[in-house]
Amino acid sequence: MRLWSAGRLTYAALVVTAVLSIFPIYWMFVVASRTSDAMGQVPPPLTPGGNLGANIARLFANTDAYFLTGLVNSAIVAVSVTVSVVFFSTLAGFAFAKLRFRGRNALLLVIIATMMVPTQLGVIPLYMLMTKFNWNDRLPAVIVPALVTGFGVFMMRQYAGQAVSNELIEAARMDGCHTARIYWNVVLPALRPAAAVLGLLTFMTTWNDFLWPYAVLNDPENPTVQLSLRALSDGYYQDMSQVFTGTAIATLPLLLVFVVFGRQIIGGIMEGAVKA
Amino acid sequence: MAVHLDARPPAVPAPRRSHPDRGHRLARLDTRFSPYLYIAPFFLLFAVFGLYPLGYTLWVSLHDWDLLGASPTFVGAQNYRQLMSDPDFWNSVVNTLGIFALSTVPQMLLALWLANLLNRQLRGRTGWRMAVLVPNVTSTAAVAIVFGVLFSREFGMINWLLDLVGIDPVNWKANRLASWVAISAMVDWRWTGYNALIFLAAMQAIPRDLYESASIDGAGRARQFWSITVPLLKPTIVFAVIISTIGGLQLFTEPRLFHSGTNAIRGGPLRESQTMTMYMFENAFAPHYNFGYGSAVAWLLFALIAIVAAVNVLVLRRLGGGRREETR
Repeated sequence: MRLWSAGRLTYAALVVTAVLSIFPIYWMFVVASRTSDAMGQVPPPLTPGGNLGANIARLFANTDAYFLTGLVNSAIVAVSVTVSVVFFSTLAGFAFAKLRFRGRNALLLVIIATMMVPTQLGVIPLYMLMTKFNWNDRLPAVIVPALVTGFGVFMMRQYAGQAVSNELIEAARMDGCHTARIYWNVVLPALRPAAAVLGLLTFMTTWNDFLWPYAVLNDPENPTVQLSLRALSDGYYQDMSQVFTGTAIATLPLLLVFVVFGRQIIGGIMEGAVKA
Repeated sequence: MAVHLDARPPAVPAPRRSHPDRGHRLARLDTRFSPYLYIAPFFLLFAVFGLYPLGYTLWVSLHDWDLLGASPTFVGAQNYRQLMSDPDFWNSVVNTLGIFALSTVPQMLLALWLANLLNRQLRGRTGWRMAVLVPNVTSTAAVAIVFGVLFSREFGMINWLLDLVGIDPVNWKANRLASWVAISAMVDWRWTGYNALIFLAAMQAIPRDLYESASIDGAGRARQFWSITVPLLKPTIVFAVIISTIGGLQLFTEPRLFHSGTNAIRGGPLRESQTMTMYMFENAFAPHYNFGYGSAVAWLLFALIAIVAAVNVLVLRRLGGGRREETR
C-alpha cells in the first residue's frame, strides 16, 4: 500500500490547521492565568501570566457560580452515566451479536432508528415527568434519562461480533456456564478495548451536556459545572480572567482524558463510532 | 455506512442431553429468556425517557398548558396557527437555516480537504490527528464563552486582527449575518476535524490500485480526488451530512452562550441569532413555562429536520452523477 508523499505544502497546511485548533484552548489558559486587565490590552497578551492561583481562589469563592459544587456534581453525573451506559451497552450488544432470539434483527433496527431520533425535542414532557418524580433541581434528573444510549448498544454489538469468538462461548456453555456467567467471564473481558472507548466518549458527552441540565436544574446552588460557567458568563459584573479560569478548569478533565487516551479515542471514532 | 446487519449465524447454544433434567430445564429457560433480559433495560429506559417525551410533546402542543398544568385546555391547532403568524418564530427558523447552511457547507468541504491531507505519508501521524480532533473534546459551553469574547466588539481579538488589515470593527453580536458567521465558525471549529477523521477512515478503505491506474491514464491529483475519492466516499458523506443536519438544526449551546446577560436566550438584542431550539426553550422554561407553545415549536423543528434531511439525501444522490451505490 503506497501513500502519497506529503510535501512542504501539506505540512504547512497542517500546521495552520493545528494552530487554529489549539489556539482558542491555549488562549483560554493564557487569560485564566492573568489579571482581568489582560482583556483590554493591545496587542492581546499571548503568554501565560502568574495570576492563576489567585483567579482559582476567587473563582471558588464566587457566590454566583457554586463552582466547586458544579465540579463535584458533574463528576458524579458523568461517572454514573458512564458506568451505566457501558454496562447496559455491553450486555445488550452481547445479546444482539451472539445470542439467538426471536425478533433480534427487528429490534436491532429499532435501536439504529433511535440513534436518529432528536430526543432533545422531548425536553418539555421530560421536564413535566421530572416534576412528577420530584426530581427537579436534583441530580437524578440528569442521570436517569441518560443511563442508556442506542449508540452504545450498537457500537458494542458491532464490536462483539468480531471480538468474541463463538467457540469460546460454546466451550463455556459445555462447561456448564449460564449466560450471565459467560457475559461476565468471557464477553466482558473481550470487549474491554471498545468498552473503554465507549466509556470515554460517554464521559465527555455527559460532562459537556448543557441544554437538559439548564432546563431542569434551576437551583443556582446545585449546578453542574457547565451551568456554573453559564452563571459566570451571564453575571452582571464580568471578570473575564475569572470566567476563563472557570472554562479552563471545566475543560481540563476532558483534555487530560484526551492526552492519555487520544489514540484509542481516534481509533474508536475511525472504526465507526460515528455519531455526535 | 455504519449500518451493516450481518447474516452470520449467532453462537448456537449446544444441546445438552447428558445433563440431569432440572439443570436441563434451567439451561433452556436461561438461553430462551436471557437475551430479552439483557436488552430490556435499553428499551424500557428509552421508552420512558426518550420516546414517550417526544411523542407526548405532540399531545402537549395541542393544549394551552402552563407550569401548573392543573387543567390544560385542549385547543387543537391553535398553538400552531399562532406560530404561523409569530414573527419571532419565523425569525428563529431563518436563523437556524442560515447558521446551518453557513456552517455545514464549509465544514464538509474543509473536512474533505483535511482528510485528504491526513491521508498522506506523514511523520507524526497520531499527533496530527490529535491536533485536528482536540476542538471536539473541549467543553462546548466553555468554547462558546471563549468565542463570545474572541468576537466581542471592543476587546475581541478578531476585531483587532481585522483592524490590522484595515477593516472596521464588526459588531458580531448584534449584526445578523456577522453573528451567523461567528457561530458557524464555532461549530466548524469543533466539528471539522471530527468529520475529517471519519472521511479519512473511509478514504483508507479505497483500494490504492484505483489511483495507480488513474495516474497511468494521466489523471492528476485533483482529478483523482474528484473522480475517485469523492464518489467512493459518497455513502460516508451522506451519513455525515445527515448527522450534522440532526445536530446542526438543534443548535443551542453555542448561540446561547455566545451571548451573555439576562436576555441571552433571545440570541442578541433583536434576536439576530436565536435558533429554533432557543425559541422553544425561551417559551417552555423559566420564566414563561408555556409548555403548549414550546411543544409546538419542538414539533415544527422535528418536521424541519426530517424535511432538510430528506432534501440533503436527494441532492447528494443527484450530485453523484451516474455512479449510484454500485460499490456496496
